Amino acid sequence: MSKSRKLLSGNEAIALGAYHAGVRVATAYPGTPSTEILENMATFKDLYAEWSTNEKVAMEVGLGASYAGVRTLVSMKHVGLNVAADPFMAAATTGVHGGLVVVSADDPGIHSSQGEQDNRHFARLGRVPMIEPADSQEAYDFMSAAYEISEKYDTPVLFRITTRVAHSKSVVEVDMGALRAERNKFFHHHVEKYVMLPGHARLRVPHMHSRMEGLTELAEKTKLNIIIEGDSRTGIVSSGVGYEYAREVFPGASFLKLGLIYPLPPKLIKRFAGNVNKLFVVEELDPFLEENIKAMGIKIEGKQHVPRHGELNTGIVRRAAVKAEIIPTADVAVEAAATSNLPGRPPLLCAGCPHAGAFFVLSTIGKRAKVLDAGGKSEKESGLIITGDIGCYTLATYPPLRAMDTTACMGASIGQAIGLVKAGVSSKVVAVIGDSTFMHSGITGIIDAVYNDARITVIILDNGTTAMTGHQDHPGSGMSAQGVPTQKVDIARIVEGAGVKNLQVVNSFDIKSVRSAIRSALDSDQLSVVIVRGKCAVTNKERKNKRFVDQDVCNDCGVCLMIGCPAIQKRDGKVYIEAGTCMGDSCGICQQICPKKAIGTEGKVDK
Amino acid sequence: MKSRGKQDVLMVGVGGQGIILASDILGDVALDIGMDVKKTDTLGMAQRGGSVTSHLRIGEKVWSPLINTSEVDILLAFEKLEAARWVGYLRPGGAVIINNMAIPPLSISLGTQVYPEDEAVLGSFRSATKAVYLINGTEQAAALGDVRTLNIFMLGYLSRFLPLKITDEQWQKGMARHLPARILDLNKRAFEAGRGAAAGVNIR
Repeated sequence: MSKSRKLLSGNEAIALGAYHAGVRVATAYPGTPSTEILENMATFKDLYAEWSTNEKVAMEVGLGASYAGVRTLVSMKHVGLNVAADPFMAAATTGVHGGLVVVSADDPGIHSSQGEQDNRHFARLGRVPMIEPADSQEAYDFMSAAYEISEKYDTPVLFRITTRVAHSKSVVEVDMGALRAERNKFFHHHVEKYVMLPGHARLRVPHMHSRMEGLTELAEKTKLNIIIEGDSRTGIVSSGVGYEYAREVFPGASFLKLGLIYPLPPKLIKRFAGNVNKLFVVEELDPFLEENIKAMGIKIEGKQHVPRHGELNTGIVRRAAVKAEIIPTADVAVEAAATSNLPGRPPLLCAGCPHAGAFFVLSTIGKRAKVLDAGGKSEKESGLIITGDIGCYTLATYPPLRAMDTTACMGASIGQAIGLVKAGVSSKVVAVIGDSTFMHSGITGIIDAVYNDARITVIILDNGTTAMTGHQDHPGSGMSAQGVPTQKVDIARIVEGAGVKNLQVVNSFDIKSVRSAIRSALDSDQLSVVIVRGKCAVTNKERKNKRFVDQDVCNDCGVCLMIGCPAIQKRDGKVYIEAGTCMGDSCGICQQICPKKAIGTEGKVDK
Repeated sequence: MKSRGKQDVLMVGVGGQGIILASDILGDVALDIGMDVKKTDTLGMAQRGGSVTSHLRIGEKVWSPLINTSEVDILLAFEKLEAARWVGYLRPGGAVIINNMAIPPLSISLGTQVYPEDEAVLGSFRSATKAVYLINGTEQAAALGDVRTLNIFMLGYLSRFLPLKITDEQWQKGMARHLPARILDLNKRAFEAGRGAAAGVNIR
């Protein structure tokens, strides 16, 4: 039996599709919603898969592998492609040898990102084709098409997915016998193709334009683009998950379903438009299809009715269709009223999180008083400015910690801190960055601080893993993506090697040490770095001796609640620690900070 | 537009309650009996402790992976506050099964917000349906020996509500595919206990 039906997520289907298309090298940096692609690739032992240091390196490794004639998959989240934009544009210019597919996982609605952007524009920028699947079956099927296009047209292919396609499971018929044979690996010396001196690059640019002409011809006839004949009153143009919503909302309409979304097929679109009375485009985010179609001189409606931001769903598409006078108002359901003012449940640092202690120190050290009760916005500058970065620790922005003033993009904390100090703020400035983020793009910031004598403090929260995206390995973890032990890259030695003279390394669960290290770093008049090291609570199974509040001693001062630990709760005026959540001896921060010594292990409370 | 056997199931709760696993099992079982299935989980930035929702759509042909408002046939809520958020998603006459458990968010402990009263939560559902079931899932899972079987207990309870022909063997196969062998028997008992708990109730 070579065919089987499976329920796969879009990411699982992409990995399996790439594997069956003969991919032999896969690279990525973890980032929601793309992470599971490389995680799945790494399970195939007859290919090479790596967590790269960042997306730029992932793209460069991918490009090298492609030059060797090997089919290669590079995957990242939408903002990852910003990091990798330089080698991506280089790949677009040199072209490929072995097929090179670059997955861009966009995040409409910003489920887990620092911003919303429509990476379909990268296809136009790079003059490369872009393929977009609508469900897991297409994610699987389109992979082999993507590699054929990449090799035939000498171009990287952008494979765009969104959170809803990446993380939804749907039925996939998998051809288990489809594994493509390995190709010969060889690199041929060809300077006009691979050495992008201006004189050579100038020769490549016309190729980029002529391949788009060829790809436009392909778009007219490829099976990736299909017409579904229906009612001639309305023609829906759509791609990606927007198509799934549209099929449900307009069961009888005619559809032009695009799988190759760049370049577009003008003849096919004109033919489709000619057969329907009204053309309506359903797409998430920017009017990408709409504007390209309008530029062909075709009348089409879309974004004057469909929102330009956030995810779509059938309800939103239905309401847009009412505005566009495609369906009657009666088709929109009236929903039952919810209870008003429900408390939110924002994600939190876990009980036993090694980052919590450092943030507790930062927010209670006395210099943050002006902003602690300001509700997140204050005209006053606090005595301590904390520039933040991307990871679980960004959650320290929320109350009660409120220990973060900025978060922009991977690695920005250090550069921003340098900028604030050089601009002349009167407060102390501390940058907070995690270990995986430091490897990704914090190192250049540290070098900048050393070089330019920026008197900031950098706190590196080292939990030994890429926790936020689900505990992927990284250069400091000592393990490869495929589970092979590897040399640990030592953050302390990188910092020292860059020339930092004031470096301290402390245990994150020893609050006294964390506090004195942070205090002395802030008191220093030179660049200082504190590495706060402790195991991630999620990967730590050790949780003996749960902590307990002695109600006879507790005076309800509320200090322990300032940690923001989910295990420490208050009910009917009494503070208690939920044993099911507490990490016990692995943490013990609350016991160390309790002014009344009311917290201990059960039966052994220090009275 | 309702197709044969169409079921939109929304599972909601708090990170760490095993919601995704429960919906994975139901998804696989539905696939096994020849239905089309789509499933999408919304985790956001949730590490442990954030809100979790899992949309599971079963039908002859499913398009959108997301269930729309007023479309949910069965809402399976592992926590009361999380149940309350999704009232607008229940279709009129749909069933809602709520685990009688409160996990107060941090804002309750900090005294900045108030946890809703049971009557407010249940009342909001009763305006949409008569089929409201408040069950002591956590207690019964704990009585089985491990509170972490709550998800499978809830799945067992839900199984009585599905208008789909699924054999015991198919359920067991689905569980075996997703649960490690050493806890499989315990979870099979949890499933039976949940199924048993729903045996006496008057379903819709």
